[in-house]
Amino acid sequence: MSNLDIILQQLANGLILGSFYALVALGYTMVYGIIKLLNFAHGDLYMVGGFVGFLVLSLISGLMGSSWAGILCSMVFSMLAVGLLGVIIQRIAYVPMLRAPRLSILITALAVSMVLSNGVMAITDGEYLAFNTDLGYEGLDLGNVFISYTQLVLVVSASLLMIILYLFVHKTLYGKAMRAIAIDQDACRLMGINVNRIIALTFFIGSSLAAAAGVMAGVYYGSLHFFMGFVIGLKAFTAAVIGGIGSIPGAMLGGLVLGLLEAFGTQIPFIGSEWKDVFSFGLLILLLIFKPTGLLGKTEIERM
Amino acid sequence: MAGSSRLTSVSDWLRPQQNRMIVLLVLAGVAMLIPLVVNNYVLEVLTNAWFYTILCLGLNIVVGYAGLLDLGYAAFFAVGAYTTGILTSKFGVNFWLTIPVAVSCSMLAGLIIGGPTLRLRSDYLAIVTLGFGEIVRIIARNLDITGGASGLIGIDRPSIFGLELSRGIHFYYVFLLLAILACFVSYRLQNSRLGRAWQYVREDEDAAEAMGIGRVAVKLYAYVIGAMFGGVAGCFFAVKMTAISPETFTFSQSVLILLGVVLGGMGKIPGVIIGAFALVLFPEVFRGLGSMRMLIFGIVMLVIMLYRPEGIWPQKQREM
Repeated sequence: MSNLDIILQQLANGLILGSFYALVALGYTMVYGIIKLLNFAHGDLYMVGGFVGFLVLSLISGLMGSSWAGILCSMVFSMLAVGLLGVIIQRIAYVPMLRAPRLSILITALAVSMVLSNGVMAITDGEYLAFNTDLGYEGLDLGNVFISYTQLVLVVSASLLMIILYLFVHKTLYGKAMRAIAIDQDACRLMGINVNRIIALTFFIGSSLAAAAGVMAGVYYGSLHFFMGFVIGLKAFTAAVIGGIGSIPGAMLGGLVLGLLEAFGTQIPFIGSEWKDVFSFGLLILLLIFKPTGLLGKTEIERM
Repeated sequence: MAGSSRLTSVSDWLRPQQNRMIVLLVLAGVAMLIPLVVNNYVLEVLTNAWFYTILCLGLNIVVGYAGLLDLGYAAFFAVGAYTTGILTSKFGVNFWLTIPVAVSCSMLAGLIIGGPTLRLRSDYLAIVTLGFGEIVRIIARNLDITGGASGLIGIDRPSIFGLELSRGIHFYYVFLLLAILACFVSYRLQNSRLGRAWQYVREDEDAAEAMGIGRVAVKLYAYVIGAMFGGVAGCFFAVKMTAISPETFTFSQSVLILLGVVLGGMGKIPGVIIGAFALVLFPEVFRGLGSMRMLIFGIVMLVIMLYRPEGIWPQKQREM
């Protein structure tokens, strides 16, 4: 393979990885933007999303097959179910803690994450589940670069979801309310916005995007595990910070940047794939130290 | 009526320093004598409980006193354990000489990670420490000197005054003494000038800074002292187990230690000790739960945070 081929192949790999990161990062950034909560359980919602998708797919595969129609159906169901789960978590665990010190709400979020991941572990006995689909291995063969149709469809659907989200946030009244709450909650209340409902809606959208990423990752990697939310949660947070936490286009950009960096990072001599995670966590730490506002974030002035 | 008056009388009785000392001495005596009457299994469990007491007290300084969330505490414990392990098994250094090195290394790790990040918002700090914990574990798994994924084996047992520390009872006393030392240091710190500065920063960072408390320096002290506790515990852990592997220092380990701190009530020494014991004894008592252990811990943690955030044994507000 020539150098150009390697670059193109890693570009393709980086894009698909990046679109998963971006989908999960969106949930982080939306929730953070609106109530300043670092939702540790977000990565686990991605994991739960994958498992719900798997469950639905195995139930309906007799009816619709396990090809794209079945996958789409299970993805939609998983998005609805996990979105609802996100709202329930917000109601039970986060609403009572909003006025508490920040340390308490962080620990609460951590506890929610433990309950979700260990709950799934108890159900699945900690085993890997094979996510079987009928998708073939055909794809575009561009010389030495190979891109499967699955990869292509996944990247396109991830982009579609992001475009829909962008339009929703910027063109609808609900989106406007969301952006307003991120700026000043009390003023929104005075303007007659139902703040609690909008926050719940934010959780719903963020969680369902994570679920969509979970189902896509299940299709792409072909296996599911209860612990898969942990690393991606951390990576997606990195992506959100790269783009500037609280910024929706930032999360998309950050996800893609991180995916590409990882794909190309493994090509640097002496840095094997076992160092991939060190690479991105190290990047996160350096970024938080030197540019905590990220690429598209605004400098935040903390009010006393 | 009678019950409540008796209760007040007990707390009244406990109020003078002298009476508290009596209780403490009795408890210390029980802890000292208990190995003489229990079997090896119970001894092992209790040793483990004292070990977690040290770790929880160390994390308590960071989380309880200074109010900083550290999700990578196992990293400091790993640095201590690996430093001792490498120096004794690869370079043949005497165990007792490795302790200052290991403690300096873990304090240095605390400084490296805390120094730049403590200026950040507290939730960023949580995620940075989480990432740092993972980095330390992955490095330990991939380097040759740390023995890779299988870890280090054949770490020599230390000896003191010609007595080789090899039996369970020896390590019981080692960890008991360390735990008592940790309690003493925590207690002295709590009411020191630094301890009060931590409390102030925890309650209101801006006001503390306005009063002339160096916010970053004070937090850094908490971080480094917490790292020191972890480092010491790590050293003795390495020689007790004689083998260490990267999988001991996972994120779940850090969460477990944090749970011990939260369970008993952040910032309160007896509460943290109770938390550490609950952490170790609970899975031993309920053996049948197996893999459900962490799920139940998670639910307990959630319930505590929602309904009793001050823990089982909360800290009394100090009157200013």
